[in-house]
Amino acid sequence: MAKQKSPEQKRYEKIEQKHEAKRPVVKNCIKAFFVGGSICLVGQAVSYFYMYYFHFTEQTAGNPTVATMIFFAMLLTGFGVYDKIGQFAGAGSAVPITGFGNSVISAAIEHRTEGFVLGVGGNMFKLAGSVILFGVFSAFVVALIKTLLLIWGVI
Amino acid sequence: MLPMFFWAFVIGGLICVIGQIMFDVFKLTPGHTMSTLVVIGAILGGFGVYEPLIDFAGAGATIPITSFGNSLVNGALQEADQHGLVGVLTGMFEITSSGISAAVVFGFIGALLFKPKG
Amino acid sequence: MLKGKQSWVFPNRPVIVSSAAVGGPFEARGRLANDFDILHDDLWMGQDSYEKAHKLLLEEAIETAIQKGNATKEDVNFMLAGDLVNQITPSSFAARTLGIPYFGLFGACSTSMEGLALASFLINNQGAKTVVTAASSHNAAIEKQFRYPTEYGSQKPPTAQWTVTGAGAALLTDTDEKAGKLVTTSATIGKVVDLGISDPFNMGAAMAPAAADTIIAHFQDLQLDPAYYDLIITGDLAKIGSPIALELLQKEGLQIDSEKFKDCGLMVYQEDQKVQAGGSGAGCSAAVLYGHLFNEMRNGKYQRILLVATGALLSPLSFQQKESIPCIAHAVSIEVHP
Repeated sequence: MAKQKSPEQKRYEKIEQKHEAKRPVVKNCIKAFFVGGSICLVGQAVSYFYMYYFHFTEQTAGNPTVATMIFFAMLLTGFGVYDKIGQFAGAGSAVPITGFGNSVISAAIEHRTEGFVLGVGGNMFKLAGSVILFGVFSAFVVALIKTLLLIWGVI
Repeated sequence: MLPMFFWAFVIGGLICVIGQIMFDVFKLTPGHTMSTLVVIGAILGGFGVYEPLIDFAGAGATIPITSFGNSLVNGALQEADQHGLVGVLTGMFEITSSGISAAVVFGFIGALLFKPKG
Repeated sequence: MLKGKQSWVFPNRPVIVSSAAVGGPFEARGRLANDFDILHDDLWMGQDSYEKAHKLLLEEAIETAIQKGNATKEDVNFMLAGDLVNQITPSSFAARTLGIPYFGLFGACSTSMEGLALASFLINNQGAKTVVTAASSHNAAIEKQFRYPTEYGSQKPPTAQWTVTGAGAALLTDTDEKAGKLVTTSATIGKVVDLGISDPFNMGAAMAPAAADTIIAHFQDLQLDPAYYDLIITGDLAKIGSPIALELLQKEGLQIDSEKFKDCGLMVYQEDQKVQAGGSGAGCSAAVLYGHLFNEMRNGKYQRILLVATGALLSPLSFQQKESIPCIAHAVSIEVHP
């Protein structure tokens, strides 16, 4: 929890709020919508590509699609483009799975100067670690609860 | 095919807007935002609501990070269905391995090939 | 000599013999490009890590300043320098290369004036004959340490600031040949001020109260009026912090003309460079003061200026531990000796 502010700090907060540049929320949401939607559009095209040319089904096309999208993220990150897209699109480029890829790949690229073992290996999951932690743990809790409810005949 | 493209764009875009609101209105960091979205995906997956969304919106639901939470839950539930409670732990990465494997592999290849540009 | 509660005056008027500023590619496209002695066209500067490039910036600034002062490294008694990297390794490694007895300083972005104040005190009080002081920062090295990997697609809010890739150094000496030269006349050492801002993407607002606190102390200790100076310039308050500081000062009854109240972070870059609120970094105030502003003074544009460098004393860990951002500001006055 944030510490409680003193009266002087509260007075300052008022002055600061007057001058603080407000985030352009609506503009950012519109940009996020268009870029995020476009990335999903690309993902849909990649899925269909795998379904028609490699005989994947709608269910199984998900895996190669995700891998391909992360490959694209590697190229965009490596060529120094993903950070520019990110500044423009915000959540539009961070929320899709390409954002997850970018977080791992950018950390790996950055820490190469510290060597592959300690640098790349030790820092790669700096940003993505929390997604993996909370994804796995919440899935564990949800699946546990649902399975117990099924076993006990509640649902 | 065309309706799928449209809904992929719209639903994917809307999930990103939710993320953007978490950034700008709730002032959450990217780490907090993505973690929250993944948990939401897991919960929706547990309620059996995420799979219908995937049927409806295709990549609009599978590409956002929320689908990662859903895949983990589905993997766990599938395995628990066949092998009992222990399946909750052992089955989690059955469906979703490609995301993390790809990130690790391409991360390493990226570090081999590229230098940061600042 | 102590004056008032937290200020020094320098009756022996240490002379700033020479100064130098070094910058990176982004600064080369900025507004003050002509005032840099060396400009690099890429962030690696021929080195194999950003941290090594950061060290190179500082080395070049110091060596250039010494050279411009017609001196050699052996002439310099002490080196006072600092930067933002953990354990200030670029400064220490630069000191290894230069071989000058070294004081490593950490004042975050206020390091430049912390160094200039101490250097002036040493010279004024016969603790040294010749001193070099410098501060530097490197955008990529600092982003990597304090924020995110440089290729990560995060979105900076409009209150964020851009760390300057640059270094500034000044050579001071004890000499009687002062006519027409730049001299330091006083300094006010700031105390740490924290008014509860905890957003590391809103540093200007965090630092403004510290700047106001030190400026008020300066005019109180020295019994001066703000009109004494042709220019009062802060280090890196930028678009958000600068108007806040001015408002805080005016609330305290200090009549400061907004035309004479400027900020280094707002001077470095062009309007179309995407730096959100403006420049920041230990190298910001150093490169702008020791390059552009000293040139303006030598050209006769300003006779007396007060430079107030501002620093945010946080670490990546302190933010994660939900601490707010304590800040500090140090002021040094520089005049053209008649």
